[in-house]
Amino acid sequence: MSKLEIRDLQVTVGGTQILNGITLTINSGEVHAVMGPNGAGKSTLSAAIMGKPGYEVVGGSVKLDGQDVLAMPTWQRAVAGLHLVMQYPTEVPGVKLSEVLSEALVARHATLPNLNKTINEEAARISFDSELVNRAVNVDFSGGEKKRNETLQLAVLKPKIAILDELDSGLDIDALRDCAKRVEDATNETGMGALVITHYSRLFEELKPDFVHILAKGRIVKSGGPELADELERDGYAAYAVTAE
Amino acid sequence: MTTALALPSTEEEIWRYSRINELDMSKFASGKLTTTVEGGEGVHVSGAAATALVGACMQVQPDVFAQLNTDTPDVIALQIGKNKVHTQTVVITHSVDKSGVVAYPRLVIDAAENSEIVVVERFTSADNVHSLVVPVVEVHAAQSARVTYLAINELGKNAWQIGHQVAVGERDSNVRLFTVALGGDYARMRAEVRLVGQGASAQQTALYFADGTQMHDFRTLQSHEAPRTHSDLLFKGAVKDTSKSVYTGLIKITENGTKTEAFQTNRTLTLSRGAWAESVPNLEIETNDVKCSHASTVGPIDDDQRFYLESRGVPPEIAERLVVFGFFDEVIDRLPQSEFLAGIRDKVIAKLGGTK
Repeated sequence: MSKLEIRDLQVTVGGTQILNGITLTINSGEVHAVMGPNGAGKSTLSAAIMGKPGYEVVGGSVKLDGQDVLAMPTWQRAVAGLHLVMQYPTEVPGVKLSEVLSEALVARHATLPNLNKTINEEAARISFDSELVNRAVNVDFSGGEKKRNETLQLAVLKPKIAILDELDSGLDIDALRDCAKRVEDATNETGMGALVITHYSRLFEELKPDFVHILAKGRIVKSGGPELADELERDGYAAYAVTAE
Repeated sequence: MTTALALPSTEEEIWRYSRINELDMSKFASGKLTTTVEGGEGVHVSGAAATALVGACMQVQPDVFAQLNTDTPDVIALQIGKNKVHTQTVVITHSVDKSGVVAYPRLVIDAAENSEIVVVERFTSADNVHSLVVPVVEVHAAQSARVTYLAINELGKNAWQIGHQVAVGERDSNVRLFTVALGGDYARMRAEVRLVGQGASAQQTALYFADGTQMHDFRTLQSHEAPRTHSDLLFKGAVKDTSKSVYTGLIKITENGTKTEAFQTNRTLTLSRGAWAESVPNLEIETNDVKCSHASTVGPIDDDQRFYLESRGVPPEIAERLVVFGFFDEVIDRLPQSEFLAGIRDKVIAKLGGTK
């Protein structure tokens, strides 16, 4: 069992406070959806947990199985078992996915005896063209290919806790279903915990949240079960944006 | 008589940013390099036949260094007959064995109609050798000839190079000039291609990496003097520590160069705060109906690329290596297959990993 504990996390970007004290605990196998309107701080939460430059933590703590995540450089956070699926995966010219995964596994002191076989199997599972594995990461990939690529990495690296920043943006219905289903499977097969950041509940058709949290103006203003997502689908965020003032 | 020479100065545009002001020719006496030629059977000519080929591509001396080379050249001449394909790669290796020497190697590649040849020329020296190499390369590609030339600068830390490459392409010929520049204290290469026959094409490609206090200095010319000619230049490099690089390049299309396509790209990664790079692309076009582009960038490794790799669990120094090799990938892809590529890769890794 793993546990990611976020306590009273406060984050500034360029001197402006974006997160005003986020508290969340994610256990193995749990899916936590964080939903909120634009500008609520959803992407800031994912960036801060992973240590992206420019996101300054000014208060609170993040612990993974008791280890102080905020004290680690980004790569060690990943090695410790966190994984970020990016909203806009970065293009890295000339660097192949197979190289990235290979180095990522070396850093984990994990060797997959047949990495290529694993990659091919995982690619087939989410209908990702395995030819793309030997092309530069994300370069000239479509929106769907980028998210499938992100999901493939998650499947191969098997993190304890995954943070998915708007998995559902910029991809078609088929790709969304494949990616969401693979994440859901990971929560069942390897007990991965997931922090799922999204605007929309359509993602939840395949990836079933156990908990839903509403983020507005840098705070979690309401938490509940899956029914909260249905309520948001019906009524929108208007009520919560006001509450957060 | 080298002391009496009037050397150029950085006041001249073509020497701007260079380290020419530091050069003291009185420190050097004319000397020879140790040179070997492999794979030249059937094309390597010597004596009067070789001397007769010198200067065919360089009627006007572009500067005093080319002039000095032309005055007292150590000639290697390769002559490929009509319709001949020289299947073996010709490998020329020069070694600068002692300090205080200025050497004038001259390579002439004369490719007759519809012939083909690949030539690799390597320059090496030990780190403690303080000498100056002034190489000149002339490439003449006759109609439909195909010439590939790769220069590899693996000079030691204290050697200087002031070099010149000039290629002339006749109708439907193809010339590919590659430079890999890793060594030397100050290493300059002026690389000029003149496409004088309709349909001639040229590729110029360079990979350079400077560290410590090195400087790599490139001046290029893509001269289109006939219709439907095509040139594509890609120079990519990295500067580390307090090293420097300069690239200035000109695409020139004369009024005869209609329906020409010319591309020029120079990109330099600055891997340390103290490193410096300059990139100056220029166009001079005297006709319409051409397709031209130039691009140049100087800057550090992209933060987002670094973060992306690190967020997968790749440690910073490996992430940097991946990004730098990724950056060089399109250049390495273009390089002709050669037994030296592995060594080049290792040297780049060593430069990336080392600190000075």
